[in-house]
Parts: sequence; structure tokens; C-alpha cells
Amino acid sequence: MKPIPGWADVILIPLVSVVLAALCAAVLVLAIDENPVEAMKLMIDGTLFRSAGWGFMLYYTTNFIFTGLAVSIAFHAALFNIGGEGQAMLGGLGVALVCLFIPWPHWTLAIIGASVGAMVFGAIWAAIPAYLQAKRGSHIVITTIMFNFIAAALLNYLLVNTLKPVGSMDPATASFPAGTHLPTFQDMAALVGFDGMFRGSPANVSFFLAIIACVALWALIWRTRLGYQIRALGHSPSAAQYAGISPAKIIVVTMLISGGLAGMMAVNTTQGEAERLILNFTEGAGFLGIAVALMGRSHPFGVFLAALLFGFLFQGGAELGFWTSIPRELILVIQALVILFVGALDNMVRMMVGQVFGLIGYKEAA
Amino acid sequence: MSFMKSILGSAAALALTAGAAAADPAIIFDLGGKFDKSFNEAAFSGAQRWAEETGGSFREIELQNEAQREQALRRFAEAGSNPIVMAGFAFASALGEVAKDYPDTSFVIIDMVVGEPNVRSVVFNEHEGSYLVGMMAAMASKSNTVGFIGGMDIPLIRRFACGYAQGVKAANPDATVVANMTGTTPAAWNDPVKGSELTKAQISQGADVVYAAAGGTGVGVLQTAADEGILSIGVDSNQNYLHPGKVLTSMMKRVDNAVYNAFKDGPGLETGFNVMGLANGGVGYAMDENNAELVSADMKAMVDGASMKIQSGELKVHDYMSDESCPALSF
Repeated sequence: MKPIPGWADVILIPLVSVVLAALCAAVLVLAIDENPVEAMKLMIDGTLFRSAGWGFMLYYTTNFIFTGLAVSIAFHAALFNIGGEGQAMLGGLGVALVCLFIPWPHWTLAIIGASVGAMVFGAIWAAIPAYLQAKRGSHIVITTIMFNFIAAALLNYLLVNTLKPVGSMDPATASFPAGTHLPTFQDMAALVGFDGMFRGSPANVSFFLAIIACVALWALIWRTRLGYQIRALGHSPSAAQYAGISPAKIIVVTMLISGGLAGMMAVNTTQGEAERLILNFTEGAGFLGIAVALMGRSHPFGVFLAALLFGFLFQGGAELGFWTSIPRELILVIQALVILFVGALDNMVRMMVGQVFGLIGYKEAA
Repeated sequence: MSFMKSILGSAAALALTAGAAAADPAIIFDLGGKFDKSFNEAAFSGAQRWAEETGGSFREIELQNEAQREQALRRFAEAGSNPIVMAGFAFASALGEVAKDYPDTSFVIIDMVVGEPNVRSVVFNEHEGSYLVGMMAAMASKSNTVGFIGGMDIPLIRRFACGYAQGVKAANPDATVVANMTGTTPAAWNDPVKGSELTKAQISQGADVVYAAAGGTGVGVLQTAADEGILSIGVDSNQNYLHPGKVLTSMMKRVDNAVYNAFKDGPGLETGFNVMGLANGGVGYAMDENNAELVSADMKAMVDGASMKIQSGELKVHDYMSDESCPALSF
């Protein structure tokens, strides 16, 4: 394969992939007799030119940052954590227990408590597959995906049988008390005099938690000893072991961090948006985190950008649903096309870009 | 400031494009999707019937995730849709928030009660309809074993199961009811393959009539039952036509009527609590040419007798939702 400069690898390839995906999507939209230009305009207008559109986009983005970071940190240790969905579900359980059974005086304290609950529960759920991988050699891909189903069943059991208020049809807990309600972007905008901005949109302060998580994870991976050990294990387990790093320990620690991050997503959805624990609040964000991490090259800043893109696609997709007759299956296909081009067809795009750079005479600096 | 302007400008443009559809009704389908051959599809057919009869048009959306519930309600209300009908109990908490902000818009929620002055809450007595088809199942069964396959394990589906089991025991106290739920995630509403597997498992336990209350999953149940030569019972819509002569009956839950009535009543419709039971044709069992040969005269007489008794209040079918327990079936 032809060499390409570093900036092209990080920026150009994802960009080309997204454009290719958009072109494919446009052909599909044409095929069902809708206007792709009109559709694109609707997506952009409804997302970027309305404050509530931003509110929804950043809400989805927050979820994807957390689950994307969770997958990224595991990638650095050459672990493939596809259990983000289940870890997030357990995180939701942690948030719900903390919010329901501790009387919080103010949200600033409640968000700390809920974050701890989310991380601990998410981490515990990741710890079992991690232990099995580290000590028993059970493959983490298999065990984490199985734990997704166990988490779904556990959550369902608890919501239907114990946590649901008697007489309620909805398998969900009671609403959290007011002391735990997080300020949304709407509240924050009203505070500085922009009444009515972000109206009815779910983005809340946990978006800033997600940004903090990005910075913290960057520091952890590239500025600490633990981060170095994680990367060393990821590059070569035998070399890492030879250098005195215990693979079992690093696997478990990495997965604990990964599970904790996935669980954090629940602070946004459960405490921030629904203000009660509902079934199915993860909405596949745990799986989407894989695409986000792939697209973001497992770098926290890349994850942030990729999460923004997927946030845009989700909110834009909703706008298509509202105002056109494009069926939601096709909206899903459009989102899937992005994942396909970015994740699976990465090498194809890389080869094309490499050819172009070869033509203009680029050579790798020796 | 120019940013604010562009926001306002695009909002105005959007309001203009949406203006064409002002005062049209809107319907919001739940996550199962509108072509689930069951609950959502029944709601869609009610809307469709209204559109055909009046020549009107309506807005619709199939939700993709939970956060969109409130968003969909607000966007449609802002665009001037009225009334706005939502198919599914899961809208309750979102509607509780939104209804207050749009006092001039009428909302209709199906399967749940929301106590706002501009909301009509439509609930169905599924346990009563299930009781009737349970009696029919017990009488049609030769093995004295009948099956129940639910969708997702939630209280609403247990209410179906509990009513059914009571009906079975009423017609034949010695009969056994085998009950299974398809799953614990919303995917259980749309998993015909799993429905088919469960049907085979219940057949191996001796069941020769199975009742599917499982949304799109039921398509697999009915298919397998027809393939294996046993009888099945459909749900929500009249599903007798899917396998003529193989579907004993369908427990009709007239979601279509609820939607049709709401659209017909239009903006400013009468709000409040609206129970659709046996008495007002909200639930019932389906009879047509596809199952005429399967239902004998005394089967029909007995079921109709029970139906009269339920309507007069002489016979009370236990509602699982009232105390979360079931005398005829344990979960």
C-alpha cells in the first residue's frame, strides 16, 4: 500500500468515506423518488439551524462520546469490547438506584453520586468478562456480547418485578425526585438571558462531563504510566510481559475503565433526559460506540468529532422522518452506509487516497 | 446576532412549509413500526380509513428511539397538527410534559391514561377479549393443552395471558396452559423466527392451540402453527385471513376504531378517560369466512353467553394490572 501523510490518515480518509457514504445515500433516496438535495437541506436545517436541533444532536453526541471512548480504551489494549450496550444498561441501573434511594439536596451533588453509581455498575459488568479473558482465556468478544443479553434480561426482570411502581403499565421506575434533575441546555440558556433556546431538547450538563472524559482519557492514555502499559500490551503482549507488565492486571483494569465509561452514558439518558430508568434507554448507542471509535481512530478528539457526526445523523434522520415520506428503514440504511464506509471499507478508501498521493509524488520521509 | 437571525429565519421557513398541512391530524407509531401486522398496523389502518373516507391527509412518523417521543409531539404540535394520536403506552410521560405546553392541541393516547385536560386516554379491556378466545381455545383443543406466546414480558402482555388462562380454565378446568414470552427487549415484538421456535416447543409439550399476543412475532407463530397442523389465535387485527382454516379466531383490539374516531372528531375532540371493552366493541373475537368451519355452534353459544355476562357485570375477569397477580397462571 502506498504511504500517505499523517494528516491525510486522520482527516482526509474519514472525510472521503463520509462523502462516499452520502453519495450512496443520495442514490438510494433518488431511487424512492425523493429529492436528495431537499433531504440534505432538511437534515441540515433541522439540526444546525435550530437551537433545539443542536440540543438533540448534542444529546446523542454525549451518548456516543461515552460509548466511543469505552471502545477506544479497550482498542488500545487490543481488546474488543462489544459489551458497551450491556455495561450502559447496568450503568443506568446504578444511576437509578443512586437517584431513587438517596435524598439529594442539589443536582451538583447528585450528578457526582450518579456518575459514581454509573461507573461502578458499568465496571462491575465489564469485570466478569475481563476476568474470564485474563485468567481463563475466554474470548472477550464472545463473553461481552453474551453479557449484553444477560444485562437486558436482568434490567427487564428488575423493572417489571421490583422497581416498577405498582399499577403502572410502563416497565420503568418512578420518576427521580426533583433534587436529581440535571439542568438542560434550555435551563442554562434561560439563565444567561436566552429564553426559549433549546426548547424541549434533551441535551444537558452531562455533555460537559463527556468533554471532560475525552480530555481525561487522552491524558490517561498518553501521559501516564498506566496508559503506556495499556498501549504496550495492545502492541505486543509478549513484549509487554517481558518488560514486566502483567497482562492479566492490565486487561482487567482496562476493561474496568471501559465499562465505567460505557456506564456513564446513563447519566445523560437516565438522569438527564428520562429522569427515570426506562427499558431500552441505550438505543444501540453501545454498539454505535464501535463505529465511533473506529472512525475516531481510537483518539479521544477523533471520537468527539465522530460522535458529533453521528449525533447529526441521528437528529437529521429524525427530521427526515418528520417532514418527508422517507421510511425509517432507509434512514437506518443511511446511517449504516456511514458505518460501512468508515469501518469496513476503510482500506479501500485508504488505497484510493494512497494512489492519489503516489500520483502527486508523495514519499514517506525516511 | 446573525446566528440568531438565521435560526429565526429557518424556523419561519419551516413554519411556512409546514403551514400547508395545518390542522391536519397526525399519528405517531411506536418503535415496533407501522407494518407490524398487529398493533401499529391497526392504528395505521384506522388513519388510512379516515383518509379514504374524507379525502383528508395526515402526518405520520415511525419513531426510532425513546428520546424522539417528546420531540415528535412538539414538532407536530408546533406545525399545527391537531389532533395528535399516539399508538402506545410508552408515550405517557412525554405527553404529560408536552400537553401542558400546547393547550389548544388535542392529544389522544392509546393503552395508557394521562390526566391532562386536552388528552383523551383510550384503554382496552384486553383481558376480557382474551378470556373469550381462551374459552374457544380450550373447547377446540383435543389434547387439553393450549399455548400462549407473548411478545415482550411487560404487564400489558401478562394481562392478555392472564385473561386467556382464565378463559381456558372456565371452559375446561383440567386444561393446561403453557405460557412463554418471546423476550425481554423490544426486539421481542418483531422476532417471527423466535415465535416459530416457541411454537414448536409448545407443540412438543402437547399444545394444539396457541394464542400469540406478540406483535410482529405472532406472524411466525401463526405460520408455524399452520405448518404443523395445529390451530392458532391471532391478535389486535383480524389475522384469520393469514392462514385460512388454520387460525381459530383473532382477539380483536379495535385500535383502528380508536384512531378513526379521534381523527373524525377532529380538533377539540372530547377528552377524558375512554374504556374500550366488550360492551362498546373495543375488544372481541373475529368471525369471518376463513374460520367459519372451525368454530362450532355451541362454541359460539358458550362464548357469546360469557360475553353477555361480562358485559352485564355478572362475570368479572380478573385484570392482571389491578394487583399484578393472576389466579389462573403463574409467571
